[in-house]
Amino acid sequence: MSATEISAPFEQAKPMRRPWQRDLAGVLIIGVAAVAGYFLFPDNLALLTRIIAIMLLVLSLDLVTGYCGVATLGHAALFGAGAYAAGIAAVTFGITEPLSMVAIGAIAGAVAGLVSGVVILRGHGLAQLVLSIAVIHLFHEAANKASTYTGGSDGLSGIAPDPVFGLFAFDLWGRTAYVFGIGLLILVFVLLRILVRSPFGTLCRGIRQDPIRVSAMGASVKASLIKMYVISGAVAGVGGALNAVSTQVVGLDSLSFTNSAEALVMLVLGGAGSLYGALVGTIVFMWFEHVVSAANPFHWLTIVGALLIAVVLFAPKGLYGTAVTLMKRFIGSRQ
Amino acid sequence: MQVFFSIGVDALAYGMVLFIISIGLSVTMGLMRVVNLAHGAFAMIGGYIASYAARDLGLPYGFAIILAVIGTIIIAIPLERFLYRRIYGAPELTQVLMTIGITFCVIGLANYVFGPTLKTIPLPAELQGPVNLGFRTIAAHKLFAIGCGVVVALGLWFLIERTSFGVKLRASVDNTAMAASLGVRTRIVYAASFALAVGLAAFGGVIGAELLPVEPYYALRYMVTFLVVVSVGGAGSIPGALIACLLLGAIDTTGRYLVPEYGEFFFYLAVIAIVWVFPRGLLGRAK
Repeated sequence: MSATEISAPFEQAKPMRRPWQRDLAGVLIIGVAAVAGYFLFPDNLALLTRIIAIMLLVLSLDLVTGYCGVATLGHAALFGAGAYAAGIAAVTFGITEPLSMVAIGAIAGAVAGLVSGVVILRGHGLAQLVLSIAVIHLFHEAANKASTYTGGSDGLSGIAPDPVFGLFAFDLWGRTAYVFGIGLLILVFVLLRILVRSPFGTLCRGIRQDPIRVSAMGASVKASLIKMYVISGAVAGVGGALNAVSTQVVGLDSLSFTNSAEALVMLVLGGAGSLYGALVGTIVFMWFEHVVSAANPFHWLTIVGALLIAVVLFAPKGLYGTAVTLMKRFIGSRQ
Repeated sequence: MQVFFSIGVDALAYGMVLFIISIGLSVTMGLMRVVNLAHGAFAMIGGYIASYAARDLGLPYGFAIILAVIGTIIIAIPLERFLYRRIYGAPELTQVLMTIGITFCVIGLANYVFGPTLKTIPLPAELQGPVNLGFRTIAAHKLFAIGCGVVVALGLWFLIERTSFGVKLRASVDNTAMAASLGVRTRIVYAASFALAVGLAAFGGVIGAELLPVEPYYALRYMVTFLVVVSVGGAGSIPGALIACLLLGAIDTTGRYLVPEYGEFFFYLAVIAIVWVFPRGLLGRAK
């Protein structure tokens, strides 16, 4: 397939080391950051675990928005589907083994991804946005109405996951949940690195740059996008399930429009079209939110708004993309 | 029958308020191709100005409306000049992010300046209380909203179909480069229609304050509704927007009356169904 010839903005700009070395470096960086987080903020492990769950959501959004160019404001539907599926499995059906809960979350997320992908990909531009907004509201109202299973607006509580592998019980300080989350994040990250470098991942980037050309080459644009949506749903579902396992509660806010919009903000802040950008954006945004909204909740929204405007005007590639560009310029000027 | 009638009146009033606010969005989106999520914020600013003028300063209602429209346009001019002009022709994602950013800022500032409470705009005595139509009585302010909607629709139709400005506007919508090369000052047309859109948003925000109460999260809460209206009607089409408003107003109001426990479920289901069948909107034109 000649789709591999299409150049990608981030990855192929310079002659690189072997790809698996870069991945190893990425995993190492995540690992070091995780250990540092564990020892630097032992009182904030719950927040860190929540950041990891949201990271999975933003990574999943990156797959469809950054790599495929689909603008969506309804991606939390996939995250919330995973969270509710894991929670309902534990509360109603008594499946409390954490890894099974995550697997159920991933499957539910994939199904939600299939449904919302089929709906959202029907439109383009404005229609696409409106469809995505309608999807997230539909999911929200449906979860609210099905209160027998979901607890409605009270939220779904009473999720009591078993110890991981039967050995490590979830403790009050959230240590197990944190390590569990880091493990999931590294696993997903490695799988996604392989995915985005695969011919399929490259094809998706080609679709973002020129869908007509890709279809002229004989690849099915819509089928590829829906496939990516399903994968993205599985990733978001893992994030949702992790959130359900670690907080032991699922609220309606996980299916909210705000959650979707914030995920998009985090992605763009970090830099769409790069997995590292998704991770960086989530950390910066969530940490910022934690600090600022504790100091003054009124101004949080104003600051997010100003931040967004600033990113669009001055750093359209996001923090990570801008840093990469600056670094390249620096290295280039030294040679 | 009584229920049917009150649903009809409420749906009509709600639809007309939606129309007044979102027609400006439809025009700018058809003309400048900007997905302006901050449109609801302008309606909200109009509501706040009118509330301040009528409630705190005690000015008459009509004067408050004029003040709200002019004040909102004055606030919007620097935004258009410094922010919107940079995103004309940019990808949708960029436009969405920029305008969501503006919306968040406006919400935060409104919350800070006016506080999180609901702001009422006191109605004049003539608009309070019911009006007897002989066989039924209707709340006067709903009748007023419906009347305003009809006037706005007719006025816009006249402006766009019968005046030279309308000719230039339609030419710019169809093909900006060609219109410019024929001597139409498209920049001025852009600016004028942006001001018109913002002014109409503010007007609708004031007229509809009884139905869509003014509070800081107004901009976010109804932003989606306005966007949906434009998408369903087709960007740039006045009759399309009118049909969409009446249709969606009817669906939403009927849902609220008959099955309130489902919230907006049916509204969004209808939106998906309509956009699915008409991806360019009911009366939208192929690009």
